[in-house]
Amino acid sequence: MFDELLLTVLLTSVPLILAATGELVVERSGVLNLGVEGMMLMGAVAAFGAASLSGSPYIGIVSGGLAGMAVAAVFALFVLGLATNQVATGLALTIFGTGLSGLIGAPLVGQAIDGLPSMTLPLLSDIPLIGAFFKLDIMAYLSILIVALTSLFLMRSRAGLILRSVGINHDSAHALGYNVLQVRFFAILFGGFMAGLGGAYLPLVLTPHWAEGMTAGRGWIALALVVFASWQPWRVTIGAVLFGGVTIMQLAGQARGWTIPAQFLSMMPYLATIVVLVTISGRGRNVFGAPAHLGKRFFMTR
Amino acid sequence: MRKMLTSLGAMLAGIAMSISAAHADKLKVGFVYLTNPGDHGWTYAHEVGRQQLQDHFGSKIETTYVENVPEGPDAARVIRELVGQGNKVIFTTSFGYMEPTLKVAKENPDVMFDHITGYKRAGNMATGNIRFYEGRYVQGVVAGLTTKSNTIGYLGAFPIPEVIQGINAFARGLRSVNKDASIKVVWVNSWYDPVKESDAAKVLIAEGADVLAQHTDSPAMLQTAEKAGVKGFGQSSDMHDFAPKAQLFSSVNNWGPYYIAQVQKVLDGKWSTGDGPDHWAGNTWKGIGDDFLVLSEFKNMPASVAKKAEAARAGIASGTLNIFEGPMKDNQGNMVLEAGKVLDDGGLWGMNYYVEGVEGRIPN
Repeated sequence: MFDELLLTVLLTSVPLILAATGELVVERSGVLNLGVEGMMLMGAVAAFGAASLSGSPYIGIVSGGLAGMAVAAVFALFVLGLATNQVATGLALTIFGTGLSGLIGAPLVGQAIDGLPSMTLPLLSDIPLIGAFFKLDIMAYLSILIVALTSLFLMRSRAGLILRSVGINHDSAHALGYNVLQVRFFAILFGGFMAGLGGAYLPLVLTPHWAEGMTAGRGWIALALVVFASWQPWRVTIGAVLFGGVTIMQLAGQARGWTIPAQFLSMMPYLATIVVLVTISGRGRNVFGAPAHLGKRFFMTR
Repeated sequence: MRKMLTSLGAMLAGIAMSISAAHADKLKVGFVYLTNPGDHGWTYAHEVGRQQLQDHFGSKIETTYVENVPEGPDAARVIRELVGQGNKVIFTTSFGYMEPTLKVAKENPDVMFDHITGYKRAGNMATGNIRFYEGRYVQGVVAGLTTKSNTIGYLGAFPIPEVIQGINAFARGLRSVNKDASIKVVWVNSWYDPVKESDAAKVLIAEGADVLAQHTDSPAMLQTAEKAGVKGFGQSSDMHDFAPKAQLFSSVNNWGPYYIAQVQKVLDGKWSTGDGPDHWAGNTWKGIGDDFLVLSEFKNMPASVAKKAEAARAGIASGTLNIFEGPMKDNQGNMVLEAGKVLDDGGLWGMNYYVEGVEGRIPN
């Protein structure tokens, strides 16, 4: 029983891990992209559509990532090319992605596909209590690998160092001869690809059909997770599992007859988001390593 | 060239005239839908009803629909638009459209409004509903004979009277064949949130449920059941294609006969909001006996179980089987209905308790 619940928690947290890791890299480069929800929805509809047409969920995965990346490119064009306000552009991207995904997805509503199969690892999956960790699917395993690689890239590689320095002070980075716009462009594309993958996970694994607005706020939770994780990749994973845990526990609590109003329990994940945001912002700026130039527009000086 | 233009002009004028003539002759009927007709649940069933209506009257009427209309103030705008387009009969097909429909009905006394599943009426606003709970009793019978773990998982959207009725009817059916089985209810707080419905289904399976029922609209629960190898019941329309091995049967909402009857009354000049009882039951509240609710083919169960399900269905249809007949106790052990008494429609809408066989309490 515990085993199955843990598995459900892990599955619920995968889209959060993927989308939040992407956004983390974007924010580390100094760009705040509030369009995660929109990119996830585009990823979800593209993944479902491609999987439905081709019959292969693997083609769905790639299509989802690419669709997220495509809308992220539009965002990059605005905030980098035209130096528009990042918050406003990000919000517009969410609204745009929600609408466009609904339009593209209209003919897909009511169709069913074969979801991504789970890959149960022999022996390991029989371990009591933690066996659930080895009953996941290819995307879930890959998400952990991506977190590891992202962490290595950001903290141990020269390119990662440049990306972080661009986020901390884009003027200094520019003065040192680094191409700020190019670094941020690639970061935004990566973020879009990851958000698209996160969105793709919903119709490919969690519930194999398409529904308008099916992300239901997961993009916003991913954004909050980046803050919760204080811009550290591994902490994103921990945060995502915690959030997934609260989501599932409110359902399990009802099945077990806990006498807490269901509405209150449904509110819990969002309440947790707010508490985390308040706690972190209350401790003074930059203790938690927020990129100093996060959300600031960059104008080339010379 | 000039001649060509003149004849083209005449042709266009002719087309325009024929369109306006058609407008004058045809009765225009509008529908407001909560989601996309492709949801394969609630709205899909209404769309099937609309098509039956159109086929039945053919060129005498013209039907249109607006999909994905959120419940709340936005709905009033959509309903007004339908009035503006000349619709004389408007069906609003979700409970949350009750207030907006009432508001627009008062503004447009010459248009006839028909609100589905609500309880507020006006001189030009009728209500129609289906006795959904009747199908859930049969589901309970099948579940009781199918379960091995004696644990039934039940997904509820919101704790409103219609859903409570359904849970209690299910429990009555369940306990009529299996005294040891009980229902675990999980509230999803949404009519349509596939990912959450799927999560809730997984949790219920993890908690030991081997038969799942739902009062939410998407096929996500059945898909989850299919994958996990447990059984379940579809909602609103036949969801067999989503879960060929898991779906036992589905209670299918059959709105066509109601729509046809209402529009016939309008064409005959006999439409009225009637003198139906002034409570949730509405002007029209019919079920299995009148084919408002149809059960899809019994599948994935032994013939003996299907036979008992059919007997329950026939009993409800003919009126020999009363679902809520005393003695009936709530799940705290209090007698809520004495032996020999039958709950009336008012009592059905006043249910604020779970009957025996349901675990837990109704959230406030």
